[in-house]
Amino acid sequence: MTGVLLNRLAQALLVMAAVTAIAFAMFRYVGDPVLIMSREDATPAEREELRAALGLDAPIVVQYAKFVGRVAVGDLGISYRNQRPVAKLLAERLPATLELVAVAMAIALGLGIPLGVLSALHPKAWYAQAIQAVSLLGISMPTFVTGIGLIMLFAVGLRWLPSFGRGETVALGWWTTGLLTPSGLRSLILPAVTLALFSITLIMRLVRAEMRDVLASDYIRFARARGLPRPYIHFTLALRNALMPVITVTGLQVGSLIAFAIVTETVFQWPGMGLLFIQAVSFVDIPVMSAYLLFVGFLFVAINMTVDVLYAIVDPRLRSGAR
Amino acid sequence: MTRIPKSVAIAGAIAVALIATALLAPWVAPADPTDIASYNLIDSELPPSFVAGGEARYFLGTDNQGRDLLSAILYGARVSILIGGGAVALAALLGVTLGLVAGYFGGWLDAVIMRVGDVILSLPTILLALLVSGLARALIPNAASASWAPFILIGAIAIHEWVQYARTVRAATMVEVQREYVRAAKVIGLPPLRILGRHILPNVMSSVLVIATINLAGAILTEATLSFLGVGMPPTYPSLGTLIRIGNEFVFSGIWWIAFFPALTLVIGVLAVNIVGDWLRDRFNPKLRSLA
Amino acid sequence: MSAAALSIRGLRVEYPLEDGRVVAAVDGLDLEIAQGEIHALVGESGAGKTTVGNALMGLLDAPGRVAAGRVAIAGRNVDFRTGRAAGIVQGRDVGAIFQDPMTSLNPLFTVESQIGETLRFHLGLDREAARARALDLLRAVGIPEPERRLKAYPHQLSGGQRQRVVIAAALSCDPKLLVADEPTTALDVSVQAQILDLVRALVRERGLGVLLVTHNMGVVAEIADRVTVMRGGKVVESGKVADVLTRPKHAYVQGLVAAVPRIDKRLARFATIGDETAGAQAARDDLRTRYMRPRAEKVPDAILEVANLTVEYGSGSLLGLGRKGGFRAVDDVSFAVKRGEIFGIVGESGSGKTTVANAVAGLVRTAAGTIRFAGQAIGEKRPRALRGAMQMVFQDPYASLNSRMRIDDALAEPMLFHGVAAGRSDADARIAMLIEAVGLAPDAGRRYPFAFSGGQRQRLSIARALAAEPQLVVCDEPTSSLDVSVQAQILNLLKDLRDATGLTLLFISHDLAVVRQMCDRVAVMQGGRIVELADCDTLFADPQHAYTKRLLSLVPNVARIGNRLEPTGASP
Repeated sequence: MTGVLLNRLAQALLVMAAVTAIAFAMFRYVGDPVLIMSREDATPAEREELRAALGLDAPIVVQYAKFVGRVAVGDLGISYRNQRPVAKLLAERLPATLELVAVAMAIALGLGIPLGVLSALHPKAWYAQAIQAVSLLGISMPTFVTGIGLIMLFAVGLRWLPSFGRGETVALGWWTTGLLTPSGLRSLILPAVTLALFSITLIMRLVRAEMRDVLASDYIRFARARGLPRPYIHFTLALRNALMPVITVTGLQVGSLIAFAIVTETVFQWPGMGLLFIQAVSFVDIPVMSAYLLFVGFLFVAINMTVDVLYAIVDPRLRSGAR
Repeated sequence: MTRIPKSVAIAGAIAVALIATALLAPWVAPADPTDIASYNLIDSELPPSFVAGGEARYFLGTDNQGRDLLSAILYGARVSILIGGGAVALAALLGVTLGLVAGYFGGWLDAVIMRVGDVILSLPTILLALLVSGLARALIPNAASASWAPFILIGAIAIHEWVQYARTVRAATMVEVQREYVRAAKVIGLPPLRILGRHILPNVMSSVLVIATINLAGAILTEATLSFLGVGMPPTYPSLGTLIRIGNEFVFSGIWWIAFFPALTLVIGVLAVNIVGDWLRDRFNPKLRSLA
Repeated sequence: MSAAALSIRGLRVEYPLEDGRVVAAVDGLDLEIAQGEIHALVGESGAGKTTVGNALMGLLDAPGRVAAGRVAIAGRNVDFRTGRAAGIVQGRDVGAIFQDPMTSLNPLFTVESQIGETLRFHLGLDREAARARALDLLRAVGIPEPERRLKAYPHQLSGGQRQRVVIAAALSCDPKLLVADEPTTALDVSVQAQILDLVRALVRERGLGVLLVTHNMGVVAEIADRVTVMRGGKVVESGKVADVLTRPKHAYVQGLVAAVPRIDKRLARFATIGDETAGAQAARDDLRTRYMRPRAEKVPDAILEVANLTVEYGSGSLLGLGRKGGFRAVDDVSFAVKRGEIFGIVGESGSGKTTVANAVAGLVRTAAGTIRFAGQAIGEKRPRALRGAMQMVFQDPYASLNSRMRIDDALAEPMLFHGVAAGRSDADARIAMLIEAVGLAPDAGRRYPFAFSGGQRQRLSIARALAAEPQLVVCDEPTSSLDVSVQAQILNLLKDLRDATGLTLLFISHDLAVVRQMCDRVAVMQGGRIVELADCDTLFADPQHAYTKRLLSLVPNVARIGNRLEPTGASP
């Protein structure tokens, strides 16, 4: 098991190295930072001075090392677009995105697992067929279409819920939360549901497939042959086996939710990191783009590591060392 | 042989009809939306012909530029399908080749291919595609960006999707290599290329086709999302996603059709492909469920 | 006298088909098992024996249903109206054991929890009482260090230990009937012997009735009191084991018994009937003339010499079986195979016998040692001619043929590649001859593998191996996946082909009886080494090495039947 974790750690470092390299390459090669950062009427001499001041005349490896060093202490550069430190910009936007993703993930697990189990236990029942049909529709609806549809229905048509923004927020230190005010909660509903929809479908389909496999396995047949009560077999024995892969997929899903938050935040004008990123992409604001990439890369690595550790704790085959 | 369920047959028919109409758009569409001469600002934002205020000339109404929406959708679907299909073809070609090589030879080659795949897979499709297309836009001069856009999109989507093929084909290849018909081929002395092409490839193809079908739906969605976010096809050569992006700006003013019909077309098309893909997966390869 | 452990009258199990027709998997089965009696239910694939087991365990697969018949367990009638057994509690009144102990236990739960749950639900024991009882059960099934094993997870136990845990769980509520579905098929001979001993002891102690579903006649002879032979869902013969196995009345049973390879004496051929097309013998004669022509050159006596062969896994093997630390699968093995003989290598799983076969065939990289073929040392890169001279037949007939390739294409490939045939039309003529020589109709070439049964596929695999006109064929467990009557046919075919062509066979098997029937000389392997190598008759008559002696003593043996005592309490 330590072998597995070490392997994973090496992989994590590899991912981080790749991500920092891409971020650095973006920084260094996409557009000339000197041209972008100097005044319009700067003389060539002034530009060379700036180039030296930025360390852009040093060998590339040194520049990369310095870049990594700066990133490590949280210096992510200055946004081209609004001339503010990128780290600050990200920190302001972080709570909005994380709250959105956390709520969406909770919805996805809370609905996806029970629906998956239900349709695996009674695959022939009308509701299982219905769930299956709706789930196909779910994976066929792009997030932005779902979002626009929900806005048209609940915000424009019924006027029940707000269609954009976070509503009122409360500051807890540097963290701002929308979870503590009624308007914040109301604003959260549509974006969170929109974001969760795809994941609900995915988790539901995974749980259903896993559960069906497990129910057909020899050890469940053996449990049935020993006459154990059905609810016990289904919910205590089989469910635990079926949920093992869900751990991995949940980890991956958190990642994809953060990525898809870009779309949701665009549709709902939600002031999170995704909106910041998409604006940066359209303005070619490289420091913001690369910082976002670094942040998401780091988050991914952290999530994957957590999942691996969790898996190793939950699965006895890994816990005591695989043979 | 089990019979094809009715729902799958209908979905398949819809998918084929949609794809055929879209591909034939230049011959069947009433107007050419990429031709600036067809823009008619006087006719802009007309509702569909079956709604009060609509005109018979424009069955689904017009967009903000006065383009015929039906034509724009047909051309847009064509763009979406060509980009989606192109991305699937590129990803499949790359992924199957690398997967076969990794699975058959193993060793460092396998390790390198799979680690690169792991890194790529640890970033979601949409993020990677955004980065690639964002970077490409920064590197390519503005004037050329419109004509490059489809290829950038194909590359941006395929760069992520090939991993899925590579993983599946590698796993399948590793199973097949252990199977006795391949070992028999080795004992006969056949060279690796021949074993891969003549023996292993035909036996892993069914998985590839299943993934490709499901992937086509995914690739079309990704393209639509990118275009919706404004980093995909430009409004002058709109895909379905671009049309929805344009329409989204008018949703609040009650001009719903510009977003609605492209979105409907997109969802119906993707749903039809997904239904067929889902059935294929259950039928031919129930083990492939890790794909959405 | 107490009621019978199991009484079945006129049992019929049906599977409705999609088109409305009905297939009877079991039809009119009568069966009675007294307490303390082991009753074997035997038959080949498709006989319906497993369906009977599943019906009793309450595990009939979805569309299957009991259509008629009465079943009573320990005197209580089972109600099948719902499609499964009601009125009787599975697990409490019927214990069940499955074939594969590796998959019968849930990997995420401890041994204690898996034995204890049955006790808690059926007997209402609390956690402590269940624990104490589980400990007793583990002792009863002879698991070493039972206290420690209670907290173990299945993956921490060996296959034999797992099957013991499965038995303990099945017996936890003291059922009167145990249904055992191929309980030792997945186990090695030595573990099989231990498990059979355990079952026999438990039957004596607890007065248990056992329905033993199996295909292995040796196991039946070894342990069962009575036997019922099934074929196509119907009973063909039933009676005391000693009667049925020594004096079978029905022709099918006679054939079945005759097809079982015997370990006590060697027969020239198995008695099988009607398994070949008429042209087979003539085609083999053609093959003989082909083989006679060029082979009159100077030939060394030993066609294959293996010296100090060592194979390690984990150090970059061709098959990619990664294992850290370099596991030595074959350790300093030397032997020589004479031209024209059938040389056997026998051993349990993990003995390295298959790795030797793979090394000879060039499928794994060797770590040390030399392999010489016809006097010529062969290394990693083998010349094409040498590859053609050495071919292989594998175990699984279903995986042996590429399902996407027509039979004639599969046979033409080696011919054309090795230049044995001048062109496709020449190849086609040879293909027809080969297919006939292995006992199939020549039009088989135009079909795909799915059109053939397991035995037919194995014939085709043999034909493919012969297509390159090899001098040595490595047979790796060529009949282990086949029914016993089909096995007999294939073994006969291999002998006939050897006689016709003077081929040399390297014959790998775990089955000592098969080796006894097939081989001229035999090497016994254990833990990667050859522990004994001798002439076949000598080895079986007078084994020298302790391991060989032990193996021989453990093989279930149809011939040992007379020596067994009639168990007490078995009153038919």
